[in-house]
Amino acid sequence: MNGHTVLSADEMRRAIRRIAHEVVERNGGVSDVVFVGMRTRGVPLAQRLADAVLEFEGEAVSVGALDIGLYRDDISSKELSPRLQPTEMPTDIDGRRVVLVDDVLYTGRSIRAAMDALTDFGRPSGIQLAVLVDRGHRELPIRADYVGKNIPTALEEDVQVLLEEVDGADEVRITRSEGER
Amino acid sequence: MTQETAPPTPATLESPSPWIRRHLLDLDDFTRDEIDTVLNTTDAMKEVLGRDVPRVPALRGKTVITLFYESSTRTRASFELAGKALGADVINVSAGGSSVEKGESLIDTVRTLQAVGADLLVMRHGSSGAPYLAARHVRASVINAGDGWHAHPTQALLDVYTMRTHLGDLRGRRVVIVGDIAHSRVARSNIWALTAAGAEVVVCGPLTLLPAGLRPGDPRSEEPLSLPPVKVETNLDRAVEGADVVMALRLQQERMHSGLLPSLREYATLYQVNEERLARAQPGALVMHPGPMNEGIEISPSLATSLQSVIEEQVTNGVAVRMAVLYLLARGKA
Repeated sequence: MNGHTVLSADEMRRAIRRIAHEVVERNGGVSDVVFVGMRTRGVPLAQRLADAVLEFEGEAVSVGALDIGLYRDDISSKELSPRLQPTEMPTDIDGRRVVLVDDVLYTGRSIRAAMDALTDFGRPSGIQLAVLVDRGHRELPIRADYVGKNIPTALEEDVQVLLEEVDGADEVRITRSEGER
Repeated sequence: MTQETAPPTPATLESPSPWIRRHLLDLDDFTRDEIDTVLNTTDAMKEVLGRDVPRVPALRGKTVITLFYESSTRTRASFELAGKALGADVINVSAGGSSVEKGESLIDTVRTLQAVGADLLVMRHGSSGAPYLAARHVRASVINAGDGWHAHPTQALLDVYTMRTHLGDLRGRRVVIVGDIAHSRVARSNIWALTAAGAEVVVCGPLTLLPAGLRPGDPRSEEPLSLPPVKVETNLDRAVEGADVVMALRLQQERMHSGLLPSLREYATLYQVNEERLARAQPGALVMHPGPMNEGIEISPSLATSLQSVIEEQVTNGVAVRMAVLYLLARGKA
């Protein structure tokens, strides 16, 4: 495989722990926080954040899973996987602070779709965004509240996040996309 | 996933099969993978239907037109609800009367519906093959909602979905379809879908109601059949032995007038799915019926409403399955 590693397994673990601490600090505890992971890889990341919080704060945080396929503005795009999975919202999000979790923040369009989806489930008192990697190139006025690592990229590069739960190993890589899609 | 361009798929990830279909006309060329894609998408649609406000914007700005040349309650209503739950505009057109016939007029009708802006055309017609004709003349996606004796793909998909919900993987499961197999588009589509899903299909009915190609001893049974291999049984007691699913088909009353059946009573005696017969199936075997039912003829009234019956669930799942189909076809088009 071409490309190079930009985040090792150890660095990823530390970044997630740091974000977990930041969430606790910023929200003055986690009593009304809900982590909502965006499918696919945002979900295990959200679970890891919840695990970290449980470890050092001793408090369990609910974890939801959001599929934004039905909220995208580019339904005809051939590049998207048609595979939809059910959204799982374990708790009422009315009045809660929802921390959306995704692996890579890029154009921001997925986040916009995710916010549309969230508001169909209730009216959170606030929505925050946590991402493992911010690669730039935003097309919408959206920014992350918590970032594992800022990685400036070129448009023709791909950022690949590999996670133990999905891919069998933890790593973030940058690869050159091969030609036109 | 945040990335707008799909990253190279890691080897450890099951690579999703691309959905390339524009129309849904029959299931005769569906792979197991494609059926899985529809059923998994249906799971996501079920979640949407379970919400307080069951509506998502996935098909916002798209127009779904239902064009029914035959009467229908559940199919039409569920397509309409499915389209609306996905945020599409839904328009119902009835062919009304019987004066509309295949040929020029059908083509003109679908072209007109295309001209007014149909993106998805849901069509039911009394003539086998009519949706194929329509599909050749429009850019819209055509969904077959039942054509003659030929196919009723969304019914089969919702049947397979309902079975999977209760039984999990259908590979090796024994599914018995009882009744008028020869004239049943539901049976044909189910045979294709179930075979693709890996189930063992047994069809059961009187010889006169089996397709010629499936009648033992019929010279036409030597000809290549337009169906995958199924087991044929004329004795319902034997057919039901060890079954995981028993599906009764509606007996159309007009079959009697055409001399294919001596009497309803005889049919009910020999082919009614009832408690006594079901006792030969696997414990907890599912009882299914595509509706509308003639209770007391092809199915006993008490069994139709028993705990083993999933007939109402079939209707409920119909909406989610049709949402999945509309969604997949709409996004398959560039």
